[in-house]
Amino acid sequence: MERRGTRLALAAWTGLVILFLWFPLALIMVYAFNKSNVQSWPIPGFTTKWFRVAWSSPDVRSALWLSVRVALVATGAALALGSMAAFAVARFSFFGREAVSFLLVLPIALPGIVTGMALNSFFIAGHISVSMWTIVIGHATFCVVIVYNNVLARLRRSSTSLIEASHDLGADGWQTFRFVIWPVLSTALIAGGLLAFALSFDEVVVTFFTAGAQNTLPLLILGYIRLGQQLPVVNAIASAMILLTVIPVALAQRLMRDTGVLRRTAANVTEAVESAQVTAV
Amino acid sequence: MNPFTTEIQHIWNLDNYRTIFESGAYRTIALRTIGIAAAATIADALLAFPLAYFMARIAGGRSRTFLFVAVLLPLWSSYLIRVYIWRLILSHDGVLNWSLGKIGLPAANIGYSNWAVWLIFTYVWLPFMVLPVYGALERIPESYVEASRDLGARGFATFRRVVLPLALPGVVAGSIFTFSLTLGDYVTPLLAGGSSSQFIGNVVYDSVGISNNVPFAAAFAAIPLAVMGVYLLIARKLGAFEAM
Repeated sequence: MERRGTRLALAAWTGLVILFLWFPLALIMVYAFNKSNVQSWPIPGFTTKWFRVAWSSPDVRSALWLSVRVALVATGAALALGSMAAFAVARFSFFGREAVSFLLVLPIALPGIVTGMALNSFFIAGHISVSMWTIVIGHATFCVVIVYNNVLARLRRSSTSLIEASHDLGADGWQTFRFVIWPVLSTALIAGGLLAFALSFDEVVVTFFTAGAQNTLPLLILGYIRLGQQLPVVNAIASAMILLTVIPVALAQRLMRDTGVLRRTAANVTEAVESAQVTAV
Repeated sequence: MNPFTTEIQHIWNLDNYRTIFESGAYRTIALRTIGIAAAATIADALLAFPLAYFMARIAGGRSRTFLFVAVLLPLWSSYLIRVYIWRLILSHDGVLNWSLGKIGLPAANIGYSNWAVWLIFTYVWLPFMVLPVYGALERIPESYVEASRDLGARGFATFRRVVLPLALPGVVAGSIFTFSLTLGDYVTPLLAGGSSSQFIGNVVYDSVGISNNVPFAAAFAAIPLAVMGVYLLIARKLGAFEAM
């Protein structure tokens, strides 16, 4: 094994990099309690006022509500479409199967700006006016992939002989689904759904191109930051959002015990890049 | 694009591409984007490699799980917010200048500059580099290292001749993420960059959002696509796809 000095040096380096990753996140939590509305360091005193201000602001509320609705609808659509597509690709072989699976993962391999612009020109060309539904469509493009990949991975690992055995033992289609397929799939669906929700809730690059006058929460924050307005409110929302996104992901991670949801998403990206490669050649 | 009515005329030609190649400003923006993407990728590789090495080959089960979560959770907290925090840290009266002042160093005014953009990209994409490098290092069989030692190689020689070549595809795989994500981004340069920090993404963003010139934006967006196409081909030659 490595010598003691090397190991200590590596451990120290690891500690520093982890600190580098987490220090800013901790810092925003401190800023959220900043008494002054000037964002300088060190902060002059503590207050919890900004959380109240943020919560009672009508702009923040309507943006939050829109974000929640968009994320819920996009996640719902992704669960339905993604899991059906995964079933089709995993269980049947049909003409164009590779193409379908490639098209499904493409949106996360493309730079967000390309997806956003493509959707934007599509909406203009089709004379579709932007609304909550165009935002949902934009988000669904990448949410479907997340669910699809999670379900597909689960289906590939579970063997079809389980279903055959269930049929041999006299179960009808519904019973097989209820007692064999569902227990295998449910955690993959929940984990995929949580991730899709978190991604949608946070999305800004594609949303910019598909939203009209209405603001999702990230768009509202982007606007505040650009104009330098309401920065204390941004700090408060940011702290709340960090906690809110970390919790579902930690939950999803638990549900995906064997592979780990985080590893899974990395694998999603990998798969997308691979498929992009296949067609590029 | 009709200059008078600003209505978009649908004519097939290469004028938009010609504008990009002939204009010095657009060339500078494209080169800046690619340059900073490369610099952030290198910085990420340097930061991530020792960390991934520690995770894969030294840390035990529990601390490995802890490190895994510690590296990946920041990825899931809002990207926009992480950029914004760095803006606060680097600003004139932010934490960085305050700490420099405390230890008696002159203030480093790197807020709103290309340095800031580079630093923030390095920060936000770091987990994408750690993952594949960790994966590659974890797959190196312990017996290879033992064999190398049995054949008389010293610690550093083993690292350089056995571990590093086997881990390199992982680094290349990570660089695909860091590189392509930087190429397609516009939020970081917009929020944290200075007046000379325009990226390809910003030109696309402005062309669509302000001047409504979608054809030109599409032509400019083709640059990251082309660069990534070439990059992926090279990466495949280096065996990065097996490493992911």
